[in-house]
Formats: sequence, C-alpha cells, structure tokens
Amino acid sequence: MVTFWTLAPIMVLAALGVVLARKAVHSALLLAVVMISLAITYASQGAPFLFAVQIIVYTGAIMMLFLFVLMLVGVDASDSLVETIKGQRMMALVVGLTFGVLVVLVVGQGVVGVSVGLGEANANGNVYGLAALMFTKYVLAIEFTAALLITAAVGAMVLAHRERLVPRRSQREESARRLQEYAETGRHPGPLPTPGVYARHNAVDTPALLPDGSPSELSVSRVLRARGSVREGFEGDVGQTLRQLDPDDPTSTIGGSTPRRGGSGRTEES
Amino acid sequence: MTDHYITLSLLLFTIGAVGVLVRRNAIVVFMCVELMLNATNLAFVTFARAHGNLDGQIAAFLVMVVAAAEVVVGLAIIVSIFRTRRSASVDDASLLKY
Repeated sequence: MVTFWTLAPIMVLAALGVVLARKAVHSALLLAVVMISLAITYASQGAPFLFAVQIIVYTGAIMMLFLFVLMLVGVDASDSLVETIKGQRMMALVVGLTFGVLVVLVVGQGVVGVSVGLGEANANGNVYGLAALMFTKYVLAIEFTAALLITAAVGAMVLAHRERLVPRRSQREESARRLQEYAETGRHPGPLPTPGVYARHNAVDTPALLPDGSPSELSVSRVLRARGSVREGFEGDVGQTLRQLDPDDPTSTIGGSTPRRGGSGRTEES
Repeated sequence: MTDHYITLSLLLFTIGAVGVLVRRNAIVVFMCVELMLNATNLAFVTFARAHGNLDGQIAAFLVMVVAAAEVVVGLAIIVSIFRTRRSASVDDASLLKY
C-alpha cells in the first residue's frame, strides 16, 4: 500500500513529463524513472523475476539504446511547435481524456478489488513457477519469441547497413585533393587552428586570435558556434577586465560594447 | 488494491497514447509507445496476482521481449530515415503521400 501511494504519483508525474518535456533527452530520463518505479511495483506484487528483467532489459538495454540513438540523431532535435493538422493537439487531448475517463470508469465497475495473491503460485519460488509454465504450457510462444529476436537482429543489421558507393580515397589522393583545393580556393590545406588559450580562459570555447587581434571562427567547434556559447575574442576580454578595474574609465568601452554571445545556451527552442 | 493498480496502469496507458498523438519527434513517439507497453505490463502483473497464477507474468515477459525487438527495428528505421532526410520528425517522412 505504501509502495503504491509513493510510486503512483511519481510515475504519473514522470509519464506526464515524458509527454510534455520539450527536449527528447529529458523525456528519455523521465521514462527511465517510470520504468524503475514500475520495476519496484513488480517486486512488491510478487514478481521478483520481472523486477530484474524490467531493470536489465528496459532501463538497461532499451533506454540506453534510446539515448544512444538520441545522441546519434542530435540532442538538439527538439520538436517543432507548429501544428501540421489544425487543432490536432486539442483533439488528441479530448480523445485522451475521453478514453481515460471511460476505461477508468469501466475498471471501477468491472474489477473486483479482492485479489487471491501469489502465495500458492510462488510456493517454490517465482522463477521456478515461471519456468515450469514457460517450458510446458507456453513453450511454443517462447519458440516464436526466438524467431522474432533473430528476425529483429537481422532486420536491424539490414536497415543500418550502408553500401559504399564510391571507392575509399587513399591518403595520397586526399592530400592531392587538398592541395588542388588550396590552389583553387585558397583554403588552407593543413589542420584547423586550435582554440586560443589566454590567462583568463583555457577552454575550447575560446577562439584563437588572428594577427590583427580578431577571433578566428575556424578555431572553435562548429557545434559550439551553432549553440552560441563561444566566448568573445581578445577585445571583449580586455574591455571587460578594464571595466572591472575602473568602471568610470571611458576607454574601457573599446571593444566591450559588443553584446556577449551565449552563456545561457540557446534561447529559442523550436 | 487490484483496481488501484489497474487504474494506475490505465492512466499511464492514456498518457502514452496522448503522447503518441501529440509528439512529432519520432524518438519521443517511440518512448510513448514504450510507456503504453509498460502500462499493459503492469496490468498483466496485477491481474496475475489477483487471479493467483503466473500466466500474467509470462504474458508480461513476452511483452518485454517483443518490445525489445520492436525497439531495435524501430530505432534502426529512425536512424536510416535520419541518414537520408536529416530529420527525426514524423511529419517530414511524408513522401508516400504524393
């Protein structure tokens, strides 16, 4: 009873969070909360085997797969808020509410609150009871499960496989192509410049400085630039320091007037 | 107590169904499907206890296996769609409509 009333609110709130969270990673983490809570519910309902399987298979394997694909697809792949079908969200809410109220009412009338309990079925231990059923009455279903798992594994491999359409370039051809590009467009054939390291910051979000003192766009990661969390170059830094030293000094506004980019991450999510 | 657990399971199922209808990111839609499957599992386990036999737990176990297979294939499909269309939104994969 205590387990139920502790876990039920957590589960419902986390499930709502899965639906409402803007970022997919938050949804995944909240889903993990729901799954672990469900596992504890199984344990309290006389299903220790399912408790272990739930933790190992769901939170261990499936959620990790979800997170892995999320990282592959891009964490910032957040939902668009534009409705392609007019009033879809409203309709979905109405449908969901109707369905929920209907089934809860039906259950309130149909299900009898008395439960037999698993004391007799679990007499030899839960795993023993499950195995006895699994390998006698449900042996055919388990066989089909094996076929399904093999099919799924092969299917995933087929879907994820990609044929190489063009032959792989050798290092020699690659260097020839780089020099050709340098001759045509002037793009530097060497590696990109490393991020700048100053006395104040030594992180990768600090751009390197060009000879004229301006920050080099190439020296910071494209992802950091897209997120807008790149620090300013030399001028902003010096201006900031001067302002800290002497707020009234008019020369401290040199280069410090440009608004500081980022810091708080992206502002628009959609 | 049985109907408490069943009500909770139905609530989770409804929330998952609304999520499938509302969300556009294919991965989140998938997570909502998982939520629905988990809700049915809870109902199975609860009914197993209510009836005093383990058939419900076997059913829940089979649901878990099927869910694992479904996730593997579904995520492979999402990854291959993302590779060709650079998007994980369910609205973008609409070529068959035209």
